[in-house]
Amino acid sequence: MTEYNFAYLDEQTKRMIRRAILKGLAVPGYQVPFASREMPMPYGWGTGGVQVSAATLVPEDRFKVIDQGADDTTNAVSIRKFFERTAGVETTEHTAEASVIQTRHRIPETPLSEDQILVYQVPIPEPLRFLEPRETETRKMHSLEEYGLMHVKLYEDISQHGAIATSYAYPVKVEGRYVMDPSPIPKFDNPKLSDCPAIQLFGAGREQRIYALPPYTRVVSLDFEDYPFEASKADHACDLCGAGDSYLDEVITDDQGGRIFVCSDTDYCRGRREAGHVGTQAQDAPMMTEARA
Amino acid sequence: MIEIETVSKQFTLHNQGGAVIPVMEGASLSVAPGECVALTGSSGAGKSTLMRMIYGNYLAASGRIMVGGVDVARAEPREILALRRETLGYVSQFLRVVPRVPTIDVVAEPLLALGRPREEAMDRARDLLARLNIPERLWSLSPTTFSGGEQQRVNIARGFAHAYPALLLDEPTASLDAANRETVLCLIEEAKARGAAIVGIFHDVEARARVCDREIDVSVFTPKAA
Amino acid sequence: MSPQPLLQVRDITRFYGTRIGCRDVSFDLYPGEVMGIVGESGSGKSTLLGCLAGQLAPDAGEVLFDTRTDGPRDTLKMSEPERRMLSRTDWAFVHQHARDGLRMGVSAGGNVGERLMAVGARHYGDIRDQAVDWLGRVEIPADRVDDRPTAFSGGMQQRLQIARNLVTGPRLVFMDEPTGGLDVSVQARLLDLLRGLVREMGLSAIIVTHDLAVVRLLADRLMVMKDGHVVETGLTDQVLDDPQHGYTQLLVSSVLQV
Repeated sequence: MTEYNFAYLDEQTKRMIRRAILKGLAVPGYQVPFASREMPMPYGWGTGGVQVSAATLVPEDRFKVIDQGADDTTNAVSIRKFFERTAGVETTEHTAEASVIQTRHRIPETPLSEDQILVYQVPIPEPLRFLEPRETETRKMHSLEEYGLMHVKLYEDISQHGAIATSYAYPVKVEGRYVMDPSPIPKFDNPKLSDCPAIQLFGAGREQRIYALPPYTRVVSLDFEDYPFEASKADHACDLCGAGDSYLDEVITDDQGGRIFVCSDTDYCRGRREAGHVGTQAQDAPMMTEARA
Repeated sequence: MIEIETVSKQFTLHNQGGAVIPVMEGASLSVAPGECVALTGSSGAGKSTLMRMIYGNYLAASGRIMVGGVDVARAEPREILALRRETLGYVSQFLRVVPRVPTIDVVAEPLLALGRPREEAMDRARDLLARLNIPERLWSLSPTTFSGGEQQRVNIARGFAHAYPALLLDEPTASLDAANRETVLCLIEEAKARGAAIVGIFHDVEARARVCDREIDVSVFTPKAA
Repeated sequence: MSPQPLLQVRDITRFYGTRIGCRDVSFDLYPGEVMGIVGESGSGKSTLLGCLAGQLAPDAGEVLFDTRTDGPRDTLKMSEPERRMLSRTDWAFVHQHARDGLRMGVSAGGNVGERLMAVGARHYGDIRDQAVDWLGRVEIPADRVDDRPTAFSGGMQQRLQIARNLVTGPRLVFMDEPTGGLDVSVQARLLDLLRGLVREMGLSAIIVTHDLAVVRLLADRLMVMKDGHVVETGLTDQVLDDPQHGYTQLLVSSVLQV
């Protein structure tokens, strides 16, 4: 055998996954079961996202992979190379140039457009899992819209921490119907889920679930009247590009506790720096992004 | 107020070879409002059995037991419960209460069950407990640890908390000292004065003579041994 | 006296294969009434309770519940969402083992608040106030509101379960051996609490137990079951003091005197 089938998976499998995707798009927020395949990478490395990407990609696509916002981590590089090899598609690190973006735990800062597809890697698709371990029961709760339990989780947060301490994988309600786990994106990204022009697809390989948000879907983060949802980030500007509106990573720079804050979205940060924006640390550490773990 | 017609009673002991023991036959009596009738007869003649049938505690085998318009022999449990709540009081020889409930609450309960305001019920309970010489320091304790005489007085206080139109008294003056006995007899006289129909068992002959208008010997209802 | 029964049970029958779980059980329960179901293990009392509470599907029979909006309706013919809604609002179920009825990983306040949130409460402060109020009513100190039930004693867990069930003001409470497994002293306190709540809230209740002392204190009327059949019914004290059926006589005479 000299060549992979386009995008690694066989055509029957891709059709099966596409059907699951279409069903997911037809019922936004509903978890569609699918026959997840073994992929040449371990669970937890994005097998769900990879299968959704494989079923979505066409030869004309330009593919981008981010891992917690960065294009240059092992995971991102591996998946990008995987599709370069198995699908022969072009790849890019520029959000605006990509037609399919596979992501782990972030939504790019650059607003997405109607001709883009965002594919999320999902570790645990069931938002009710930690409160109700029985899958039979959680499915029933979804079908009957019994979502009181979801608020119990938020209640617990407030009672223990004085505020809703859930800061990632923050549960949302889709089109007033299904409660959905948006994958472990920071809650800072939650508002970007709603009314997004791009198609958003969610794949959980180990859990064998696919769900989706069609373009311009209304997505509301759950909250209490007296404790409304707040998209939060470090109260700082990016030390490299000076951006005050992007999600930041905190990077320890020395053994004395020195730290800087940098954009988690590397493409966004580089774009701003190329456009001449400068943060407080930019002169000292121009290549800081490359130094990150 | 209380009309009993040809009531019979037998016990069937299924676990002792199905022995059938007839204990009463053709019992009839009637008590008017304001009247007190004493049940007499030797021990085992069926005084308590008859009284328990009137209260619905024993099931009559046949006949009619009308109390305030309800046939206790045939009524649904909820009808009997309503009757007991509103119309028919019973002072038994033994106090039966939920453990750990304060005495004052035990006495006030019949009024609370009728939906009376808590303060009114408590006032009435305090008044009765004081009249019956239960020391105030005991009111907040459960009566389960009290002496026999104290328990009996708590029982009486509870039985007289609500002004029942019909009252059953089983040895109300037993094991009481002279002063408390006097108080109980006064309570009975007051109840008669307000028009209560009373059926009582009194071994205390003087007490019986003082408060009872008539005596009925229940031995005449005892079935002749076959 | 209310003219309309809250619950009308007609010929409830449930088989386990060829074995009888319970057979042809019928009764009416009126608002404010507390009914005890007694019998030994395997007598069918828990099967019956399960059928009444919608947890088991009987093979035959009707369970008509007087709903707030539509009057009497057969809960067995209701759609599952309707039935589940009922069991979150008008019904409550107190399990023998508190851990079956509580979320052990959720604080006391969250446990009590869940039913409120399930019916749409979305104001944290209000939910918490109600939770604290209910903890007080079941004699759990307010400062335990953020503790998990795992840190509670058995009696406290059971009281918490009761608070969790009653917070939405149900009209019918099913209880399966509510005092089973508790120390005698704890039982007494729980019984007193239940009596008070039943009276204050005008609750109707069906209590399954094998403890005759419990029904004497809590139940207005009694149903005695043996081998899946009802052998005797009546006023609680009448059934206990003047039992008519041989089995009831055996049951009553078998109670140890203290």
